[in-house]
Amino acid sequence: MTHELKLYCEKSRLAELRSFIAEVLVPTQLSAISQNQLILAVEEVCANLIIHSHDCNPQSYIWLTIHLNSDRIIFEIKDSGKAFNIIEYKSPEINAVVREKRKGGLGLLLVRKIMDKIEFETDHTFNTCRLIKKLKSK
Amino acid sequence: MLSINMTGARDHLVIALNGEVDASNSVELDEVIQEALSGSTQKILVDGRNLEYISSAGLGVFMSYLEDFREKEVAFVIFGLNDKVMNVFHILGLDQLIRIKNTQEEAEESLYDA
Repeated sequence: MTHELKLYCEKSRLAELRSFIAEVLVPTQLSAISQNQLILAVEEVCANLIIHSHDCNPQSYIWLTIHLNSDRIIFEIKDSGKAFNIIEYKSPEINAVVREKRKGGLGLLLVRKIMDKIEFETDHTFNTCRLIKKLKSK
Repeated sequence: MLSINMTGARDHLVIALNGEVDASNSVELDEVIQEALSGSTQKILVDGRNLEYISSAGLGVFMSYLEDFREKEVAFVIFGLNDKVMNVFHILGLDQLIRIKNTQEEAEESLYDA
């Protein structure tokens, strides 16, 4: 099953993004904690794009496509803003975040801890970030 | 949606969070903590019983004040987090850096016995 959402680049839309993902994840029967983790990871990537690649421009948008497969869930996030290569980005150490009183930098660390695989590609028109979560076989 | 309530009790302040904290509203949490720190209180409690969701934007606010709490010798305790929210703190190991208690009673005990 594939589900698609066009998300306009406003921070106030993040709640809408969460509801959309929650709805899509219902049939997976994942635990509430696992569902929350996936929602969080996708939101972190989208919030990052909305704020840093699109400067919260409400006319810009990103596409989220969720592929529900029997063995994995793939979240594909596509946009045409400034390319942000999530794979090359180096997350800060937690201790450095505390020492420097930083408010940012934790989001992509969460994404890395939650997802099994992260892919990024850009063809100079679109940037595509794929977050992959394997489902445990029963 | 997020609503924040700050009340005083004995020698401490209680910041009650109601709803979801994300990048759209984390600045509100930031302002409230800043306000709490600007006063004379040495003890701050965060009531997380009605906190439904937190993203890195909210976690980042707490993290950015840990040094200030230490420098100003302010005791800071969060209590009542639901399993989903607690899990998010746990993923990053923040439960090792921030004092988190199950109940208000335990949290107050930890504030006044420390």
